[in-house]
Amino acid sequence: MSRVAETFARLQAAGEKALIPFITAGDPNPGLTVGLMHGLVDGGADIIELGIPFSDPMADGPVIQRASERALAHKVGLRHVLAMVKTFRETNQHTPVVLMGYLNPVHVLGYEAFAQAAAAAGVDGVLTVDCPPEEAEDLTAALVAAGLDPVFLIAPTTPAERVREIARLARGYVYYVSLKGVTGAGNLDIDDVARKIAALREHITVPIGVGFGIRDAETARAISVTADAVVVGSRLVQEVEAATPETAVEQLTRLVATLKAAIR
Amino acid sequence: MSSYDFPDARGRFGAYGGVYVAETLMAALDELNAEYARAKADPAFWQEYHHELKHFVGRPSPIYHAKRWSEQLGGAQIYFKREDLNHTGAHKVNNTIGQALLARRMGKKRVIAETGAGQHGVASATVAARYGMECVVYMGSEDVKRQAPNVFRMKLLGATVVPVESGSKTLKDALNEAMRDWVTNIDSTFYILGTAAGPHPYPMLVRDFQRIIGIEAKEQMQDMLGRQPDMVVACVGGGSNAIGIFHPYVDVDGVRLVGVEAGGDGVDTGRHAAPLSAGKPGVLHGFRSYLMQDEDGQIIETHSVSAGLDYPGVGPEHSLLKDIGRAEYVAINDDEALKAFEDCCHLEGIIPALESSHALAHAAKVAPTMGKDQIILVNLSGRGDKDINTVAGLMGITL
Repeated sequence: MSRVAETFARLQAAGEKALIPFITAGDPNPGLTVGLMHGLVDGGADIIELGIPFSDPMADGPVIQRASERALAHKVGLRHVLAMVKTFRETNQHTPVVLMGYLNPVHVLGYEAFAQAAAAAGVDGVLTVDCPPEEAEDLTAALVAAGLDPVFLIAPTTPAERVREIARLARGYVYYVSLKGVTGAGNLDIDDVARKIAALREHITVPIGVGFGIRDAETARAISVTADAVVVGSRLVQEVEAATPETAVEQLTRLVATLKAAIR
Repeated sequence: MSSYDFPDARGRFGAYGGVYVAETLMAALDELNAEYARAKADPAFWQEYHHELKHFVGRPSPIYHAKRWSEQLGGAQIYFKREDLNHTGAHKVNNTIGQALLARRMGKKRVIAETGAGQHGVASATVAARYGMECVVYMGSEDVKRQAPNVFRMKLLGATVVPVESGSKTLKDALNEAMRDWVTNIDSTFYILGTAAGPHPYPMLVRDFQRIIGIEAKEQMQDMLGRQPDMVVACVGGGSNAIGIFHPYVDVDGVRLVGVEAGGDGVDTGRHAAPLSAGKPGVLHGFRSYLMQDEDGQIIETHSVSAGLDYPGVGPEHSLLKDIGRAEYVAINDDEALKAFEDCCHLEGIIPALESSHALAHAAKVAPTMGKDQIILVNLSGRGDKDINTVAGLMGITL
């Protein structure tokens, strides 16, 4: 069983929902990322989504765009991100790490080489935002062969036949995009999300995480009523942006603890 | 080359193209693909498209013999396909009319567009006014500065121009921002993509709307000269004017197709916008193609005197034409393009766009190596009125 599957099984047995915080690797500087990851776990993170910085983050709102720009100012690339995960794994063997990013940095390394390097570093899953199932065949095969979970997005606009195709390919969990928009947007409709998740469960057997636009404990709690996992990204990245390097870990840990308490 | 039939059903031009977008956009692209398939088979759609091209744009655009310049160069005869004479001043409007007609069929009342030099933005604002649609144009804030006349034109036409401050603040960032708008307003909005790039079906439909350039040229060359050119030359940023004139010639033997990329300070300096000359295949903006990127797969900032060529990728069909050897791609540096710009003004009485000046420069470079009975057809894709501030600045003149 993969580390992601184990985590969901353990939480389900305890009647808990998973909290999946997202931060961008290398933001605000590469030296802080591993510390922030441990801080997320201390606050109650069940799985960590670690963003791979990219020069052209088309699906992201301004908050995560700026995080990418800060990381890229330090020249943080995918190979650095894998090195960070490897360091994190030296002292944490239980919290799954899912890389989230855009396809080109993965494409340039080569799918098989990337999958093997990611598995060796201790990565558990990979979500490439701009690689829908139609284009994902080779990458998915490489990930699965290396023992990694390919994580896919499902959107409010995804029709049923595509949901079935995604169900066929997805491992670990699927990520339901809670709104039509970019990350960190403010037009989340909780009732609509609840209806969509109920419909998804007809086809999807892996756990369903929900993200995009979850900004506070109250929304996280409401979403967790129907979802198996709550993903919070922009709100945390904003906290990192506002903090000083000295206070970032502590502030992030406190915020994650609030969110985890709300969905427990 | 009769077997040339691209893209396939998945939007692939060989190893290039495809649909690399976030899940939220997939349904909208499927819907667009289905609607275009219906429109393509509907004679009334094309009838209206051609009616608009004739009465609103002023097509067919003429073919012109650049006699004095050809004589001075002493080699091949250079002819221009005069897309600069189109309404709005460039080839861009051929495509915006086609896409706006599609938007209307789909019941979309709001259109968005990205723009670099501003020509596609102006062409989008123009058709939005013509068909009574709301129009929002995304433009890198650097380009807003260097293309001020076009920004004002768009505003006059009723469009909202949104300066994009992220990334390198140029065309690629405008495209990112247009995609973000589209994903947010997907139910109400039609994205009028300006070049033969982006996710399937855009590279196909932009090409299909720009093919009119090559279709006319073939007929006009036959009528005027009783033969086809030895070489067709066009500038390549995203590559829409080039694919428009190339495509009808792909299966014509004996016609060399040459795409001219922006060499900026020189391809060997790294400061350029020539992915086919010096890039590697990668994935950006929804498609796979040659791309300017570093070893981490980050997109490299481009450099060109011409805002319309300042793009790190290139339409996927050009990548295919390069790989199969049907088209050749070369680069022309800023200073060579500016020299051609001046020569075209002085010798032919035509102020060309800086983008098109790259194609002119290459024609002027190779003409002397060819025979006087040979013919080069250059796609003069746009007029240079929009560039006079840039050129004046380079001459040290403040207007």
